[in-house]
Amino acid sequence: MSAYTGTGQLLRLAWRRDRLLIPVTVATLTALSVGSAQATMALYPTDQAAVEGLGGILSNPAVSAMYGPVVVNRGGLSVFKTVMLGAVFLGILTHALVRRHTRVEEEEGRFELIGAGVVGRRAPLTAAVVLALLTSIVTAALSVAGLAALGLAPAGSVAFGVTWLIAGVVMTGVAALAAQLTTSARAASGLGLGTLGAIFLVRAVGDTQANAGVLSWISPLGWVGQVRPYGANRLWVLALALALLAGCLGVAFALLQRRDLGSGLLPARPGRATAAASLRSPLALAWRVDRATILGWSVTYAVLAVVVGNLVKSIADMADQPQVAEMLRKLGGTAGLLTDIYFATELRFCAAGGAAAGIVLAVRLATEERVGRTEPLLAAAVSRPRLYVARLLLALALPTLLMTVVGLVAGLVAAAADVAGPSPLELTLAAWATLPAVWLLIGVGFAAYGLGQRWTAPVGWAALTVALVLGEFGPLLELPGWLVGLSPLDHLSQLPGGSFAAGPAIAMTVLAAVLAAGGAAAFRSRDIG
Amino acid sequence: MAAVIETRGLVKRFGSVTALDGLDLSVEEGEVHGFLGPNGAGKSTTIRILLGLLRSDSGTARVLGKDPWADSTEIHRHLAYVPGDVTLWPNLTGGEVIDLLGRLRGGLDPTRRADLIERFELDPTKKGRSYSKGNRQKVALVAALSGDVPLLILDEPTAGLDPLMERVFQDELRARRAQGLTVLLSSHILSEVERAAERVSIVRAGRIVDSGTLADLRHLTRTQVAATVAEPLAPQRLRELPGVHDVAVDGDRVTFSVDTGHIGAAIAVLDRAGLTTLTSTPPSLEDLFLAHYDEAAAGR
Ligand SMILES: Nc1ncnc2c1ncn2[C@@H]1O[C@H](COP(=O)(O)OP(=O)(O)OP(=O)(O)O)[C@@H](O)[C@H]1O
Ligand SMILES: [Mg+2]
Repeated sequence: MSAYTGTGQLLRLAWRRDRLLIPVTVATLTALSVGSAQATMALYPTDQAAVEGLGGILSNPAVSAMYGPVVVNRGGLSVFKTVMLGAVFLGILTHALVRRHTRVEEEEGRFELIGAGVVGRRAPLTAAVVLALLTSIVTAALSVAGLAALGLAPAGSVAFGVTWLIAGVVMTGVAALAAQLTTSARAASGLGLGTLGAIFLVRAVGDTQANAGVLSWISPLGWVGQVRPYGANRLWVLALALALLAGCLGVAFALLQRRDLGSGLLPARPGRATAAASLRSPLALAWRVDRATILGWSVTYAVLAVVVGNLVKSIADMADQPQVAEMLRKLGGTAGLLTDIYFATELRFCAAGGAAAGIVLAVRLATEERVGRTEPLLAAAVSRPRLYVARLLLALALPTLLMTVVGLVAGLVAAAADVAGPSPLELTLAAWATLPAVWLLIGVGFAAYGLGQRWTAPVGWAALTVALVLGEFGPLLELPGWLVGLSPLDHLSQLPGGSFAAGPAIAMTVLAAVLAAGGAAAFRSRDIG
Repeated sequence: MAAVIETRGLVKRFGSVTALDGLDLSVEEGEVHGFLGPNGAGKSTTIRILLGLLRSDSGTARVLGKDPWADSTEIHRHLAYVPGDVTLWPNLTGGEVIDLLGRLRGGLDPTRRADLIERFELDPTKKGRSYSKGNRQKVALVAALSGDVPLLILDEPTAGLDPLMERVFQDELRARRAQGLTVLLSSHILSEVERAAERVSIVRAGRIVDSGTLADLRHLTRTQVAATVAEPLAPQRLRELPGVHDVAVDGDRVTFSVDTGHIGAAIAVLDRAGLTTLTSTPPSLEDLFLAHYDEAAAGR
């Protein structure tokens, strides 16, 4: 029996379990890339029209920070939004696939069942990696075909496919390595997604420097931008990603060879023999169990805030460029307007991230129930509402904290840069103004949990994805207003700079409360397990 | 004596599966009640209804005189529960879990906690993920037994414990029973139930098929008898007695089984034939159990 025996069977099993998740995500990503390219091309029928219409507004650091460097021609402009966002989405997907079929399986003891059968030691990890790579390849290939069918240059379309492939390949490697380095599925996702966040930030800083700063080349997500589809078409960048994958897999398999099933690299250290006096309520337990996650998110957001605040300098400098100055004059604004728009955009994405943090905690609660840790709590004298509310409070408080950090820290850093723009207080208030939409999305996750633990992850993540896609691509795809309006992110006030629209904020807060309360009521009357 | 646990006609369906089909269970104050049945019979489902974790489709349940669905929190202050498959929080130590569960129930006795940890040879400083199955089970047992509650609900509590630890558990159970504790003990380990329980209920396909003291249940089954006799004995002499079955005579060796109520007449016949040696084996719980299981298999 070789170390790879059984890989094929495990691959089929994995596909059987993900046969809904993978096709839906792949189809969504393809639809986004092709649909938004088609819409842009319809709007700007010629190269010249596209460059005149979009080139000026898009070639600026604020856009590059979010979306990577923009190639200014009709092809490049048709895909500027999907290159980086799609790459990140695909990266999250491949990471999830690898983690799900390695660390999670091992943690929940299903590996042992399989490992005792005719399955080689390397088979599970290999199967997970192959599944993730196949998913990346199919996604990239479908987009290449779709874009070429729209009439875009084949070479550029292939380069577009390569951008996504890079992200899929890199995150497959990162996830494979993270699964071996850590001792729990939770830590593995913290490490994997934390890496994704870090390389995104490094890239964002790199891409805002003139002429592809060294940081863009350090970050694998920077490589995505450096392919420059419909421009330089640097297909060879894929080789960097493959080399990184090979490196990650080499280390991962070496670790796999050395460690025991269920353990990680570092041996578990003994802890305290008795509980701290404070560990006596569901809320205290939730904090004790999730505090590492909460700290991780907080540190990430603090770093993010510093980066966001720092970039404002380059944004303000742009106001001097003739093109931009012209645009600002038309809009009747000053340099302050530019920084306001910049911050408003960044805050939207930060808010989406904050909602993700809350949904992570909702999904945790569902996982606890699935693996049987909720039962002993409820069998002690803890009422269901008490358990639910404890987790809900934590899930709502976390994004509140994160947005406060972003507003305050970015505001302070920007103030130190001494450019025209919002004060720290204004920026903090603007960050808080996004919270109703964030709470609403988390409310959806908790309502789903109320109906049954198995609904939490699919409904929660679907709600966030749909909100992001509608908010980000809805106008571009010319979707009907009511449809785009379903996205809570569509109802955010234009802050800083604009005025606070109290109506939508109140409506979303009330809706969030109704969903959370409905979830609590449903949770009270359903079976556990 | 008052019933601490009482269910009437409990029905629970999971989709098309009927897990409980009119289950009547009664556990009286101060007794250790064995709860037996084949895999999938509905033991854990019953227990989870008694804990208010599942809602029954029909029928009534009373635990400590209250409705487990409506008053679960109130009831849970007075009971402790050990699930059959214990999962711990990966980054909490065993000691922390014991304290947490105890506190959430309303407090635990530190002396008893220390004593149990010592007797179960449990290392409370290990993290949840590094315990073996048996040690996870011990954590749950110590958490449940350190409290001062009048009712214990145990769902296969010793699954995964080694024989030494099982004995510690038995000793503890005996000591607690002497203090008047009521216990519902679901188990597949018959010797455990036989040693600890006064009464047992046997559940099959979601119904109680037999319930009573071990003596009651034995009464319904047969004792195996093996004897040697001095004089030749015609098998017919035994066969014509009521309640005697499976008679075999081989030279001076005689074996048969007899319904527990008719053993006297059979021994009298042997005695007249010059009884020299006699072994009689009362039915073990296992025999009882197997009899019911076979019926289950035949009924399928
Ligand atoms: N959540 C559930 N969903 C669907 N069916 C269930 C669920 N829980 C239990 N069942 C079914 O109900 C029946 C009774 O299960 P239960 O767990 O109560 O059996 P048990 O007597 O505890 O068995 P064991 O001795 O194996 O622990 C089984 O047929 C089982 O498949
Ligand atoms: Mg069971």
